[in-house]
Amino acid sequence: MEKQRNNKKIKLKNILETAYSLIIPVLIIVTWELLSKNKVINQSIMPAPSIILNTLKAMIIDGELGKHLGASALRVVQGFAIGASLGIIFGILMGLSNKVNKALSIIVGLLRPIPIIAWVPMLILWMGIDEGSKITVIAIGSFWPILLNTIHGIKSVDEKYLEVAQILEKSKIETLFKVIFPAALPSIFTGIRLGIGTAWMSVVGAEMIAAATGIGYLIMYARELSQPDVMLVEVFSIGIVGLVVDFLVVKLQNRLLKWNVVEKNR
Amino acid sequence: MASENMSKELHIKDVRKKFEIDNETVEAISNINLDVRSGEFISIVGASGCGKSTLLKMIVGLQKPTSGQIVLGNKEIKGPSIECGMIFQESRLLPWLTIEDNIKFGIHEKLSKNEKKKIINQHIDLVGLKGFEKALPSQLSGGMQQRVSIARALINRPGILLLDEPFGALDALTRINMQNEVLRIWKAEKTTMILVTHDIDESIYLGDRVVVMSSRPGKIKKTINIDLPRPRDRSSDEFIRIRKEIYSEFFKDEQIPVEYNI
Repeated sequence: MEKQRNNKKIKLKNILETAYSLIIPVLIIVTWELLSKNKVINQSIMPAPSIILNTLKAMIIDGELGKHLGASALRVVQGFAIGASLGIIFGILMGLSNKVNKALSIIVGLLRPIPIIAWVPMLILWMGIDEGSKITVIAIGSFWPILLNTIHGIKSVDEKYLEVAQILEKSKIETLFKVIFPAALPSIFTGIRLGIGTAWMSVVGAEMIAAATGIGYLIMYARELSQPDVMLVEVFSIGIVGLVVDFLVVKLQNRLLKWNVVEKNR
Repeated sequence: MASENMSKELHIKDVRKKFEIDNETVEAISNINLDVRSGEFISIVGASGCGKSTLLKMIVGLQKPTSGQIVLGNKEIKGPSIECGMIFQESRLLPWLTIEDNIKFGIHEKLSKNEKKKIINQHIDLVGLKGFEKALPSQLSGGMQQRVSIARALINRPGILLLDEPFGALDALTRINMQNEVLRIWKAEKTTMILVTHDIDESIYLGDRVVVMSSRPGKIKKTINIDLPRPRDRSSDEFIRIRKEIYSEFFKDEQIPVEYNI
């Protein structure tokens, strides 16, 4: 009986919290719609939400949106796989060995501040306008956050655990796999989360310059045809996909890292 | 198995430890000599910074003495080994492993799955945590975490168990409880025990002998035999007498003049 009452309380709390988070978005949409209907907002550059909704329906039905989002997603998956693997491998090497870190520090320091977009013309020159150059852009974008967070994760493994492993005569390999990696995993996951975000942002940038498919391409195409409603649908789809992916990554993180409780009331 | 249930004796001979700090040599420990009998319970009591934790780290092999020797059984200590178990002020349990996996992590010998399960359960029983096998460390109280830490430290049946201020982070009541737990485990396992603490009462309650250390540099000031039967009464005359003796090593009793108004 008590449990049922508590479950009901929790459900009510969740509904209220969701409602609370919807207040501002709904307010914005309603105001926008009213201002559009009264022609306060210029419809040829910023169409009303109702128009955008109709365009969205049309684009979903004729498969355009899905096809291009899919093409972009494929590039992201490929680029991210490469960038993440290299980021984790180099992150581990640089995190474990001070020598490797010192040896690579100048190159890393030099390349890291370069914005990914700046690489696009070079990559087009080296690799053409095929998939290769776009995937490389995404790989570069994913690489940096993952590299840095992996290094940080490995370097900040608590020495107290390492002492315990020493006393228990654990080999270096065993210590690496059973103590260092699990301890570094939360930081690595932070890097992955940031890396996916950067990867998704990089794909749109890369496509806007040289592509025939993908959401970035769609946005440029809609701009040339002066279709602000189509553009806005695409721009918001980018945001929605990003939101969904991040949500999924956080869910995965919570499942794998459910031991990572920050002690609040000790 | 580290030593087939045989506890070892420890000989600390002329041990000194110097540190280089900011281009200056600091002598942390100066000329310590101590012999610990097999199966004995030794308490080392001293103020913070007197070098007692450094001494323990040298016994367990995490640090090397600048000069002198530490011999366990008949082997000199050259580095960390499973011959010495150690528990610290923090439980240092791996937070991503359950209690039983944490204890399993301690196992050094190549055993079959069933054999491992058997000794893990034995040690969980030993420290009184039956039923908590699948819990995560964050779900346990500080005292319970320390018990897991003890189980892990004893899983290889080490010749000696070192305890570095193990109850410092626990509340006073839990601390007394854990002191009795340690005595119970000691009686069951008969491992040689060296406890380092700044709690005078704790040192008398637990030790067969109490070693009083002075600081800067760390030296053994005095060793007191505790000839009281267990369980010890913390309010007995002899206990109080010994407490006063140790207390006076740290604090000089000041005569406060009493004013009389007649």
